[in-house]
Amino acid sequence: MLELHDGSLHVNTILADWYAKISDKNYGAFIPFVGIVRDEDGIEGLSFDIYEPILNSWFNAWQERAKAQNAYLLMAHSRGDVPNHTSSYIAAVVSPKRKVALTMINDFVEDFKANAPIWKYDLVDGKRVYAKERSHVLSGSGLLKADV
Amino acid sequence: MAKVEFLGPLGRPSIEVDIANLSELKTFFKDDQELQDWLAICAVAVNDTLVCDLNIPLSKEDKISLLPPVCGG
Repeated sequence: MLELHDGSLHVNTILADWYAKISDKNYGAFIPFVGIVRDEDGIEGLSFDIYEPILNSWFNAWQERAKAQNAYLLMAHSRGDVPNHTSSYIAAVVSPKRKVALTMINDFVEDFKANAPIWKYDLVDGKRVYAKERSHVLSGSGLLKADV
Repeated sequence: MAKVEFLGPLGRPSIEVDIANLSELKTFFKDDQELQDWLAICAVAVNDTLVCDLNIPLSKEDKISLLPPVCGG
């Protein structure tokens, strides 16, 4: 299940909703990860652009991978501005036993950081500054650059 | 005309170009100095699938997306 929200995530509501959805499905483990925007380098918060078509196909591929291990993935992400000390990202894995979910939440979040089509900006003096140095190039980058 | 969209921080409006493959798009962009800096680090998707082959044939219904480096979360 993938949810996109405008602005900060309402963590308590989302986690309670997810727990209500999965608690009677006989999963033994529910492993959530909540990302919280930190106050560092003078930023006021973060801001995000998302390209939904490729995000959906990326997430669906992961859901199939989870299904093959009898697990299930849930993810919520913010669009637009997210102030410091609020959440922009929640991911969770549920599985019959904890070891599958504990391993998968790490692999899933790492791959999310490297490949999900989401662009992050620092909010500085009310303006968006692309977080280029913290971003990851996707596979095949540079294909259209002119030959020198 | 194939549609080209510039995602995230590229911040440009979409354009339509008359091209038969990505190699022709590469030629189309070769004199755009500002874009060249981005193209060095941008991935390319055709109809929402990432590609790495300049010779994929394109038709006028195709959508090409340029994706700068990503960082969610």
